[in-house]
Amino acid sequence: MKTTEDIFEILKTNFGESILELISTQPIEKYIRINNFEIDKVCLFLKDNEDLLFDNLMNLSGVDDANGKKTLSANGTQIISGGTLSVFYHIESTKYRHKLVLKTSAEREKPDIASVSKIWRHANWHEREAFDLLGINFLNHPDLRRILMPYDWEAGFPLRKDYENPEFYLGMKVPY
Amino acid sequence: MALKTEEMILNMGPQHPSTHGVLRLELELEGEIIVGAKPHIGYLHRCFEKHCEAMNYSQVIPYTDRMDYLASMYNEFGYVTAVEKLLGIQVPERVEYIRVIMGEFQRIASHLVAIGTYGLDIGAMTPFLYCFRDREKILSLFEQTCGARLLYNYIWVGGLSHDLHPDFIHQAKEFIKYFRPKIKELNDLLTKNKIFIDRTANVGILPLDLAINYGISGPNLRASGFKWDIRKDDPYSVYHKFDFDIPIGQGAMGTVGDCWDRYYMRVLEMEESLKIIEQAIEQIPEGDVTSAIPKRIKPAVGQVYSRVENPRGELGYFIISDGTVNPFRVKVKGPSFVHLGIMNELLKGYMIADVIAILGSIDIVLGEVDR
Repeated sequence: MKTTEDIFEILKTNFGESILELISTQPIEKYIRINNFEIDKVCLFLKDNEDLLFDNLMNLSGVDDANGKKTLSANGTQIISGGTLSVFYHIESTKYRHKLVLKTSAEREKPDIASVSKIWRHANWHEREAFDLLGINFLNHPDLRRILMPYDWEAGFPLRKDYENPEFYLGMKVPY
Repeated sequence: MALKTEEMILNMGPQHPSTHGVLRLELELEGEIIVGAKPHIGYLHRCFEKHCEAMNYSQVIPYTDRMDYLASMYNEFGYVTAVEKLLGIQVPERVEYIRVIMGEFQRIASHLVAIGTYGLDIGAMTPFLYCFRDREKILSLFEQTCGARLLYNYIWVGGLSHDLHPDFIHQAKEFIKYFRPKIKELNDLLTKNKIFIDRTANVGILPLDLAINYGISGPNLRASGFKWDIRKDDPYSVYHKFDFDIPIGQGAMGTVGDCWDRYYMRVLEMEESLKIIEQAIEQIPEGDVTSAIPKRIKPAVGQVYSRVENPRGELGYFIISDGTVNPFRVKVKGPSFVHLGIMNELLKGYMIADVIAILGSIDIVLGEVDR
């Protein structure tokens, strides 16, 4: 069983610059920030390394950090420009029983993050969900389509903090 | 000249009695053999997670009821566990005991629906009626406790909405006495039925490595032969105080991890739940169930991922707090959502008639898949 600090050291010696920092100011969960284009290589290492064996992805969750510049548009709605969208990975090892939280962020205007769906297969649907609801583009994902919203939904990504419901969808009134 | 052949696409659903909700499966067929399956979900999507961001922490609880509507108690249980971790509060022991009792009753009720409707899908009508008769008794217990039969809003952050009814312990004991022989009846009627075994044994085999890679949890994972139960392996609440077994798939009728094994896990788990309830009502301490309910829930900036063993598997809540009274982000990792993702792998190579048997054995609730 290894602590987050131990794993951070192991990753730092293997990946150097791609491992950005260890955040331990949060009261409950510590997490490691990782470069968004290197996350797949780091995850593959975490899964295959014999001392780590992170074989179970518990949860993959996209988040809109809403840390950009907030302005009001002409009709009073909020627009966020700049800042980041992030993905949290909660992983554990069923053999050693240790857990780890990873975070990777990408720019809001160009949210590209490397996909981990080849490493843990059920990340496939979680990444599709993050794409669907937050518009995060997962590179090398085998099947990046909308999953919960209709395939022809054109009004944007609902979980973004500046999302506005459209007036109509296929001629049907949306706000009730 | 060779005869031209091509695969046929068949839509199963969105309106189909065996999908237990609104699910569309796009099946790719070669004759009667399935070569690919694409689930299309989202018909019940109401963006629960977006709603949460506009509510305060306790207003979210009724929404969690409506995700997995067959296991509402456990959805609340999981959510309040996460919020309590975020707040760092301890709840009175009596509250934890009542939560465990309610959770295990809910597990039995949920498994009874799973078993009953599975029999119905395969063509056995009677077990369905027997299961619903017994589930009715559990729902009456819930109704007596909190006034609702399906969507309870009973488990609150830091406590419960009501204490137990004075007659509850007596009735729970009566139910356990009544229900034990009914499991045997169910086994005679369905579990060891030759026709049922022929339909389910050696069908839809899920190998263990694939199951872990796909994040399968709960009875479906244990049927593949892996002893993994969050109640034991990552204990929460007061589960460490009880003595119970974790049944795993043995391949008794065919291969380990087939549909029959997945079905039988649920029968065995009901007995284990009865054991837990028996111990809990013996040990339950006195106390006030509303004393620790905070007046205002305003956690410090932070995040938490907390998981519980729902009747269907690992139910996880990932909550981010930005220090205000509303959660900044709530993400639910629902077992049904994850389990449906494996359908393509699981259905490949089986006959079209087996689709129903495999889908039923996975036991999904579409309200949670679509959220």
